[in-house]
Amino acid sequence: MIAPQSVEASAAPHISISNVSKTFHTRSGAVQALEDIHLEIQRGEFVSVLGPSGCGKSTLMMLLSGLVPSSQGQIEVARHKIDGPNSHIGIVFQQDVLLEWRSALQNVMIQAEIRKLPVEAARERAKQLLEMVSLKDFESAYPKELSGGMRQRVSICRALLHKPPLLLMDEPFGALDAMTRDQLQLDLLRLCADNAMTVFFITHSIPEAVFLSDRVVVMSPRPGRIEKIVNIDMPRPRRLAMREDPQFIEYTRELTEIFKNLGVFREEH
Amino acid sequence: MADISNTTSPAVPVPQVLRALGAISPAVWTLIAVILIWEVAVRITEVPVYILPSPSRIAQEFVVYWPRLLANGMVTLSEVLIGFFFAVLIGVPLAVLITYSQVAERSIYPIIVASQTIPKVAIAPLLLAWFGYGMTPKVAVVVLISFFPIIINSVVGLKASSAEMLYLAKSMGASQWQIFWKFRLPQALPYIFAGFKLATVLAVIGAVVAEFIGADQGLGYIILIAGASFDIARQFTAIITISVIGMLFFAAIQLAERLVIPWKQSPNMPNG
Repeated sequence: MIAPQSVEASAAPHISISNVSKTFHTRSGAVQALEDIHLEIQRGEFVSVLGPSGCGKSTLMMLLSGLVPSSQGQIEVARHKIDGPNSHIGIVFQQDVLLEWRSALQNVMIQAEIRKLPVEAARERAKQLLEMVSLKDFESAYPKELSGGMRQRVSICRALLHKPPLLLMDEPFGALDAMTRDQLQLDLLRLCADNAMTVFFITHSIPEAVFLSDRVVVMSPRPGRIEKIVNIDMPRPRRLAMREDPQFIEYTRELTEIFKNLGVFREEH
Repeated sequence: MADISNTTSPAVPVPQVLRALGAISPAVWTLIAVILIWEVAVRITEVPVYILPSPSRIAQEFVVYWPRLLANGMVTLSEVLIGFFFAVLIGVPLAVLITYSQVAERSIYPIIVASQTIPKVAIAPLLLAWFGYGMTPKVAVVVLISFFPIIINSVVGLKASSAEMLYLAKSMGASQWQIFWKFRLPQALPYIFAGFKLATVLAVIGAVVAEFIGADQGLGYIILIAGASFDIARQFTAIITISVIGMLFFAAIQLAERLVIPWKQSPNMPNG
């Protein structure tokens, strides 16, 4: 165990967001990004936040990370009120944000260097993580020598090195082609199964949200509000073929319907 | 032992000499061609030597004159290197200050940028009046002229870290110190080196211009004196020596760049 975490009582939710709002003050006036958000997430849950651009879903993730303060309300992670950068997390952005001057392995190891974790154990784990996402032979490659999918896999390994109890992901596969995306979804699910953690996953892809999640939080655009929460009751491990299951199709249909009612989709009749 | 198995040469091996010649950059061939045409043209047209000497005449001048070229070249080179050193010593820390301090960015940066409209040649006489005829005014001109690309590129580089990268660093609990050394500075290095490379060229120009204004040694001084006596061949030897100094200096910085930034073999010039 690299980063020992105090084990909380399993009854309390891992994340508790109550009455949270966020207003940005811009030159053209105040913009309300989030309005009255209530959400509880249990330890080990995979929760996707689904919504169109501008619904404040990324803002919600930034509030959880503590890197951006909320305007109102309270966020607790593992019973601790968030009022500054929360370092008990792993974070993955749409851009891989790899450090161009470091090899793949060194990019994963930056996490250990900054946190001053024991080097040998961390290196062992970093190599293990890279191997799990089929990058064993690319440990010493520089980011510019890697494809987009490989780069994002390195960035996920970096986020997991210190065994964070909470993984935050902001449209991590949004910039990847469809096939790479499928593979990375599978990689992510495997990593999740091996590292007990809560995942807060931002996406604008309905099938992606259904495929990965235990629960899908649907957000409405401007100001961002939680419109509905859909439980995805499908067995794990998830397989690609499950996307053809009637159950899966029913979930995506249900979610599409919600967005249609919100006016996100408009169809000719 | 060189591995020759990966060359694309056919079964019949190309003679060693030919292959070695082929490896020379095409630019060198162009240069040789220009020199040959020059030589032939001067001989055919019989242009007077005080207008345009032939390359062979310039070469002869080199043979005779090299001890003084070397001595004066060392003077110019010292001015260039000392000036560049101080430009880096002032420019990079000032860029860090401007990056981290809003006050500095607003109060110093605009003045630095605006000051670039002042031609350095115009203030060289002023510097001469203040610092005398020695090395100091030349070094001062070199500092003033080469300092600008260094500070501008360093500021751009230090600000090149994306918001996500800084978020990432903070999510790891990185201190400001760690963010600077492990994220911001390495990110800025390619930009800083691009600034250095621009500065090398300007530094040589600055030194020679300062020597034009008032000096009793240095390659700029040699050009001035030789010009006064219509010794065009001698002027050419000094010009060539100056450009050799410039090229060697540039190459040295490029080598340093390769050593410091091994991950970036092809440098990109953000402010080129």
